[in-house]
Amino acid sequence: MNVVVLVKQVPDTETKIQVKDGSVDLSGVKWIVNPYDEFAIEEALRIREKLGAGKVTAVSLGPDRVKEAIKYALSLGADEGVWLKGDGVALGDPLAVATVLAAAAKKIGFDLVLTGKQGVDSDWSQVGPMVAELLDLPHVSVVVGLELDAAAKKGVAKREIEGGLERVEFELPAVITAQKGLNEPRYASLKGIMAVKKKVIPEWSLADIGVDPASVGPEAAGVRVIDAALPPPRSAGKVLEGDPHDTARELVRLLRDEAKVL
Amino acid sequence: MILVVAEIKDGAARKVALEILAEARRLADAKGMKVGVLALGTLGGGESDRLAQHGADRVLQVSTEALGAYAPEEWAEAVRAAVDAAKPELVLFGGSALGKDLAPRAAARLRVGLASDCVGFEWDGDSLIARRPIFAGKAFARVGWNAARPRMATVRPNTFRPLTADASRKAAVESITPGQVKVRARVAGLEAGDEEVADLTEAEIIVSGGRAMQGPENFEILRKLCKALGATLGASRAAVDAGWIDHSHQVGQTGKVVNPTLYFAVGISGAIQHLAGMSSSKTIVAINKDKEAPIFKIASYGIVGDLYQVVPALTEEVEKIRKE
Repeated sequence: MNVVVLVKQVPDTETKIQVKDGSVDLSGVKWIVNPYDEFAIEEALRIREKLGAGKVTAVSLGPDRVKEAIKYALSLGADEGVWLKGDGVALGDPLAVATVLAAAAKKIGFDLVLTGKQGVDSDWSQVGPMVAELLDLPHVSVVVGLELDAAAKKGVAKREIEGGLERVEFELPAVITAQKGLNEPRYASLKGIMAVKKKVIPEWSLADIGVDPASVGPEAAGVRVIDAALPPPRSAGKVLEGDPHDTARELVRLLRDEAKVL
Repeated sequence: MILVVAEIKDGAARKVALEILAEARRLADAKGMKVGVLALGTLGGGESDRLAQHGADRVLQVSTEALGAYAPEEWAEAVRAAVDAAKPELVLFGGSALGKDLAPRAAARLRVGLASDCVGFEWDGDSLIARRPIFAGKAFARVGWNAARPRMATVRPNTFRPLTADASRKAAVESITPGQVKVRARVAGLEAGDEEVADLTEAEIIVSGGRAMQGPENFEILRKLCKALGATLGASRAAVDAGWIDHSHQVGQTGKVVNPTLYFAVGISGAIQHLAGMSSSKTIVAINKDKEAPIFKIASYGIVGDLYQVVPALTEEVEKIRKE
């Protein structure tokens, strides 16, 4: 089974976000692989290991730095990586991003596309289902359990919903988006890290995947960010100390009479 | 028209649909537009009137028989068919598990822009601007759409307040028939959790435990407080990664972003990833033995003390006032 994993590079979740002149200032940020994409990479590797056959290809779209995200996937055990140069692509528009990723996945060829349920930067949660629709494939999002029957070309996914799980039956090929809990991602081995050095990462332009630049450029973007701002700061409120029963009683009184939330 | 997509459960629209209807009404009135509801499922008796009473001018319905159990391909086609029939300027989905799954599929089908998890909308002339959290709420972005119509957006639950019902309003049900599509993924069953408890993203009150809970067994005292308050149980990443509680309870940047009326952070120091996920809560209460914990810097109220003494005392006090 051939699996294409769509990987995004995002600022480390420890990052304190700064806003400068109306946009998020990402200078000096430490870049990591999107945590949800790590579950997707891990699941792809486990599928290959279980079946003892197939190929895992990690794809990332964006500027030069995203090659590091591809290398990370390779160090974990992905067979191949492809860098999609983001020149001219409206990277802030999920539909444009999905259009490029869908075209690349189609060129690579696959039985399954795996990606994270959302990027922890823009938090759109759109790209997986959009890729599926653009490729005319089924999808299951926010998946915490996945079982595949490669021979019968079908699978069962468990997807997180409010207060429970849904069991979704689907046909392959399909697009699956990973939620925390799907698996426990491995760490890169020294051997894996050394092996990356020998790998060549192809660089594909829009022309290489047959995407018309006008269809994914800023003019075509379905949505665009106008500006960004930090939330209004919260200030520290009343702090109670002393006997647990006294402080508990006083807190309940404040919540009821002052904050009016009880 | 502004079209509100409503999930129907047992014949009734989810609460978030009424919340969105209120905002749709406000936005529509400013522009002399109509408000429609697309009910995905058969409405029970009186439900279309209830939707009208909460702001809808028209109620479109795709019957439960036509839809079957949730299948993204088929339901996205239902949205497309409704858009084709009603020609809305804007389509609003609830930011539920279903809405977040369906909206991007529908947007891609129609090749239109989708703004996710919006918490505010404003007209700027004839342009609509949405406000939405990014980086799990560490910042907020204002976003706009291109000229393609309809604009689409998902709306964060608990953001808008439903209108007071206007008993004089009524709406007839108009039927929508989607086209035939291949369905290659469909919900085949449920493993329900605790149905009595609201989901974290929809909860009015949340009680979350962190590293200081020390183990899974100690979450029991938080469950008791939850029960007294009618609250939903949350947790910090530290508690989830330690294996004390399921990840579906996690609040923060790699968990749920929540905005309840009242949030209790118990034994949570306040790592930046956690603060991102809960700092838009209306009132925040911190209970921690460390007076210097960062959580106190953003808490509306704090108790410095041993949670194992404070939480049971608090549960007792809440039970007392609940009885009154």
